[in-house]
Amino acid sequence: MYRYDHYDQAMVDARVAEFRDQCARRLSGELTEDQFKPLRLMNGLYLQLHAYMLRVAIPYGTLSGAQMRMLAQVARKYDRGYGHFTTRQNIQYNWIKLEDAGTILAELATVEMHAIQTSGNCIRNISSDQYAGAAADEVADPRVWAELIRQWSSFHPEFSYLPRKFKIAVIAANEDRAAMKLHDIGLQVVRNDAGELGCAVYVGGGMGRTPMVGPLIREFVGADALMTYLEACLRVYNRYGRRDNIYKARIKILVHDLGPDEYRRQVEEEFAQLRAAPGGGIDPPAAEWDRIAAHFAPPPFQASFADDEPDLADPDFRVWLSQNVQAHKQPGYAIATISLKPVGGIPGDASAEQMDLIADLAERLSFDEVRVTHAQNLVLPHVPKRELYALWQALDAAGLATSNLDLVSDIIACPGLDYCSLANARSIPVAQRIAERFADMDRQRDLGELKIKISGCINACGHHHAGHIGILGVDRKGVENYQLLLGGSGAEDASLGKITGPGFDEAGIVDAVERTVEAYRRLRADSSERFLDTYRRVGMQPFKEAIYG
Amino acid sequence: MKLLTGNDLASGAVVWWTGSDWSVHLEEAADVGEHAEEIMAVEEAARRVNTPYAVDAQATPNGPRPSHIKDRIRALGPTVRPDLSLPKADRAAGSWVI
Repeated sequence: MYRYDHYDQAMVDARVAEFRDQCARRLSGELTEDQFKPLRLMNGLYLQLHAYMLRVAIPYGTLSGAQMRMLAQVARKYDRGYGHFTTRQNIQYNWIKLEDAGTILAELATVEMHAIQTSGNCIRNISSDQYAGAAADEVADPRVWAELIRQWSSFHPEFSYLPRKFKIAVIAANEDRAAMKLHDIGLQVVRNDAGELGCAVYVGGGMGRTPMVGPLIREFVGADALMTYLEACLRVYNRYGRRDNIYKARIKILVHDLGPDEYRRQVEEEFAQLRAAPGGGIDPPAAEWDRIAAHFAPPPFQASFADDEPDLADPDFRVWLSQNVQAHKQPGYAIATISLKPVGGIPGDASAEQMDLIADLAERLSFDEVRVTHAQNLVLPHVPKRELYALWQALDAAGLATSNLDLVSDIIACPGLDYCSLANARSIPVAQRIAERFADMDRQRDLGELKIKISGCINACGHHHAGHIGILGVDRKGVENYQLLLGGSGAEDASLGKITGPGFDEAGIVDAVERTVEAYRRLRADSSERFLDTYRRVGMQPFKEAIYG
Repeated sequence: MKLLTGNDLASGAVVWWTGSDWSVHLEEAADVGEHAEEIMAVEEAARRVNTPYAVDAQATPNGPRPSHIKDRIRALGPTVRPDLSLPKADRAAGSWVI
């Protein structure tokens, strides 16, 4: 994985010193809250319902064991013993003291981590496929591209005050595991007819109050021109994005209002100007690509493990293996997902002890790598098959072996009104009640892939628009109310869910989800037809009849 | 009744105006009547509280209760972590929040 060079470390250390001084000036009264707020947000420090919240960046969701152990240390020393992994592959701490913020960032910097650009109207953490470097279906490791974009976007002087926040995702497989088309810019690394690597560029996707699936703006941009093309995409947005209206300020509104063809024309014009300038654009030389790519070279897999298979004697292990373990491109190895969705638990939360354990397991069994998924789970990407049973035993002992990847209880939920000052309703208790209702594992497995996603407000941090079943919490005259949506997808078949009808109270939404699921069981062509495919085949009406009677 | 609440500048903890100071305990909150603005101005200037605001509340035999669910959750802590609530680990303490 990528290691900081002198410039990376110097930039982060300088920012830590600067922010430590800004915190001291706020505590002394030299800075007012109005003066301090934009400064703390640039460093990921929010003021939420109960305390300050610190969002720490996890670039493209990749962590080393040492970094995971540091996250555990922060949870233990400065928070209340746990952290929350988010839908943007980051981690949030909910109980941070302002007086500790500078020290926390200094400790994170010792393991090449920071909270820079995890808030504010700038280019945020670059997200990617959690199976990068391990997936059999990828054409390249997307993290090389994501890391180059991270370097380009960090402290980019022209793009530090965009009209609104800006999120980029990079994948390199046809199966989209990163909700790529629901980002401001989504990139898919592909090969052209000549066999050259480049990117298909989607611009103007997003969720929030105006959800949109990003249109394809360019089929192919070569690796030698990608950064210049991204610069052009951002320049057009920075110039014409709606700074007068926060609700219309995201790039998706600009692309929609101009139309993809006109936006593309303007980007191409800007791109041509940049390429015509001395130097031919901003793309780095091949040597810099090679330098970054070397950090993501495959680990030293053992060819002699190729024929290994795990011992399948334990029936519980077999269930976990079939549900949470994916094929690896290297024979003899596997990708193991650690569910952070135990029945009745809080989606995405992990205790300091669990984080320490996962750090140990990553170091021992996965070439020192952990991944964070946008579905709020963790992944050990390179596990020898011969070690899978030992891994499962260790996870099971720590409450981390829930066998529910992509099943009905593998629910995405934002922090909601339990933690978030923007929320209108609680998300977590709804996720807990649904998971409890469907706790029976045989029932879950019979239902198959079924992605439920819950947001506590229209900002859609819980990706409710992209849920096969989506739930949106709203405030109805001071009382929590939940709207139900069907038919969304964040995958390669991206689509936006549609609202079924009138909303429900907390108990009612759980019943409504169960009626929806039972309708699916009756309507599906056979047990292999997914919920989403049944919905797309039969439409909303039979589900509405089942939900509302 | 009206209560005054905010977050402690240094710790970020939710605090309530008692009439003379700030407390993390809602039960100690005082009715500020029409004086919220002047108290906020003084307290913010003294850096004793961050982003204070006034909320509607009802008086009950067990103490004041904010009208809006968001402020009731702020008063007690996350409903999904009763072990982090005030008073600590008292599951019954949250019965009035929702």
